[in-house]
Amino acid sequence: MSATYEHPGPAACPACAGAPAAEALAELPRNGRLMLSLPAIHCAGCISGVERALMAVPGVQDARVNLTLKRAAVQADRSVTAVDLVEVLERAGYEAHELDPGVLATTDSDRRGRDLLMRLAVAFFAMMNVMLLSVAVWSGAEGSTRDMMHWISAAIAIPAVIFCGRPFYVSAWSALRVRRLNMDVPITLAILLAVGTSLYETMHSGKHAYFDAAIALCFFLLAGRYLDYRTRASARSAAQELAALEVPRALRLRDGREETVSVSELSPGDIVRVKPGGRIPVDGRVTDGASEIDRALMTGESLPAYAGPGSVVSAGEVNLTGPLMVEVTAAGEDTALHRIADLVAVAEAGRNNYTSLADQAAKLYAPGVHILSVLAAIGWWIYTQDLRVSLNIAAAVLIITCPCALGLAVPAVTTAASGRLFRKGMLIKDGTAMERLAEVDTVIFDKTGTLTLGAPQPVGLDRHPAEAMRVALGLAMASAHPLAEALSKALRDRGVRPAKLDDLREVPGYGVEARWHEQPVRLGRAGWVGAEPPDITATFLQIGSADALPLTFTDSLRPGAAETVQALKAQGKRIVLISGDTKGAVSSFAAEIGIDEVIAEALPAEKAGFVAGLAAEGARVLMVGDGLNDTAALAAAHVSISPASALDASRAASDMVLLGRDLSPIADAVRISVVARKRISENFTLATVYNVLAVPFAIAGLATPLIAALAMSASSLTVSLNALRLK
Amino acid sequence: MDVLGILIPVSLFLGGVGLAAFFWMLKRGQFDDPDGDAHRILRDDYDDAPKD
Repeated sequence: MSATYEHPGPAACPACAGAPAAEALAELPRNGRLMLSLPAIHCAGCISGVERALMAVPGVQDARVNLTLKRAAVQADRSVTAVDLVEVLERAGYEAHELDPGVLATTDSDRRGRDLLMRLAVAFFAMMNVMLLSVAVWSGAEGSTRDMMHWISAAIAIPAVIFCGRPFYVSAWSALRVRRLNMDVPITLAILLAVGTSLYETMHSGKHAYFDAAIALCFFLLAGRYLDYRTRASARSAAQELAALEVPRALRLRDGREETVSVSELSPGDIVRVKPGGRIPVDGRVTDGASEIDRALMTGESLPAYAGPGSVVSAGEVNLTGPLMVEVTAAGEDTALHRIADLVAVAEAGRNNYTSLADQAAKLYAPGVHILSVLAAIGWWIYTQDLRVSLNIAAAVLIITCPCALGLAVPAVTTAASGRLFRKGMLIKDGTAMERLAEVDTVIFDKTGTLTLGAPQPVGLDRHPAEAMRVALGLAMASAHPLAEALSKALRDRGVRPAKLDDLREVPGYGVEARWHEQPVRLGRAGWVGAEPPDITATFLQIGSADALPLTFTDSLRPGAAETVQALKAQGKRIVLISGDTKGAVSSFAAEIGIDEVIAEALPAEKAGFVAGLAAEGARVLMVGDGLNDTAALAAAHVSISPASALDASRAASDMVLLGRDLSPIADAVRISVVARKRISENFTLATVYNVLAVPFAIAGLATPLIAALAMSASSLTVSLNALRLK
Repeated sequence: MDVLGILIPVSLFLGGVGLAAFFWMLKRGQFDDPDGDAHRILRDDYDDAPKD
């Protein structure tokens, strides 16, 4: 990602004082606080290594690693930028990415988590104390002792239940207000009815009081809620961090002066300057300058395209070699980039209709429980004509059938599973993503930037004459073009020494030229040196007037890509490679990695159409892609994964994000999600079995508070332990 | 049974102390990085003086 973390004071840049990003920066402490994502750290050695490496950087005052979140917080002077720190860490052998500290102020979500944890702690305290008192009653306390125990229990349980159950009451009330039933309605009813009848029983020296059951119900359900919340919150906050990496700014030229403005302030007709290495912020036409632009993220083409006066460029493309002046034809919401984002929004709305297993269970459960307890109450009312007895029975039925186990069945498994995946470097953004991933039977990969790193590697350098390679190195070292950089690195690694060249200069958009032994030498595009444009990535070396020498490149494979494809094949998935790149490049790559089904030169809409077509045939598609051209397909797929290096639009469209460079967590994720789904349905079965066994007791009026407590705790414990079995 | 008059308040009080301690820990952010803390204990960098 090209965003660098700058520290402009609000006064330093009046033009962007109104931009939200500038406001966020202005609130930061005097010394910059930088945040880094460290997807690969896993042990004490990593913590020490990272902290030591960061502390050794001049200007860094403090560095602290959070292993749970796989992040480092750095307190440093303003002169230290996140990019420097990332470099330092990469050199020390730790993969690192920059995070925007402005977005990290997600205190709101933290507060909710803390609130739930607080209620959980109070419920635990109350439950343990009431349970202690109840043991005395169960083991045979009689008369006034029993009444005293009940009264003390009531004194602890009633305030605790009022405080701890708040999340359930609020949710139940909001469901009832729109005349719907959710899981929280029977929960609320069970808690209120249990506390109400118990209080009545206590006042009349009754034998059974369910205070312990009411508060235990709160505790187990809050535990489930908290687990569920934590999984969602950590995924969401991390996804936000990734998403807000790029601050959309542009350099506008006005009256011969350059000013930094936010992209939303641009209007058609403005002229913006795009520096080499910068991302083009708008759709427009080049008015001045010559360069090459990298369209890989937009179209999947691996070969940079020439851009000169008159060329049409779109937002999201990267300018490689020379500065460009671009006349804005569309900015902000009108750009191609934004239109694709809109496509995503439409496709996502469709996917939100997915009903998770938990929702399906709740839909059956809530009405079933109500009908059962009402029937039991009516039956006993007809039989005994005693309202007190029939209400007691109804309360017992509601407590026994309490969805403790149901409430824990899903969150316990998803917490265990997403924790495992996070440790492997995969972030789950969507609550139902894991369930959907378990159903996948077809996997579609994008090529450039997904299966490959998007970084070209020269091939067959040894075939060329050594002298030519020395010249090539001399020329390549003068350019920041990705092909030239890859070439010079590869040649230096081979021990080639650069030839001595004179009059070295870069011709933006074309290549580099110089004089060597009194003859002109050039390294650059095919057309520039009089060669036929090839169908694979290549650059050309021309010495004097001889024929140009093609230097071909191949995109280097992402680590774990081949293993992932093999593992998914072994799991019996259908694998398709779909790319916007040329036929030649795609098919040779597919053969190398072992994919049989290939679609090349696909436009973004075709990719999405292909995915939709498969879905219509009944296939469950997993789409793995990174580019803007994949975004629509990512959103259209049943479930989607993108690497952290992807554009933010693609990451926003996908359900899971790979934090590291390695692709191999994908195969693990598919395997784990299948196991997780199995565990979830096992948990549902377990919970149902407990209910089926215990409900007859409750309806028959044989349920005592002891039986209720045993059934509730036993079922919750089995369900949690079953979730922990997840390997 | 008179002893209950002492034991019950005592048990409630001790439970309350535990609850208060938990709130304090929560506010101090001691649960922010459980994995990291589990590993940090194995290092010898911080032995002389704790650092936060």
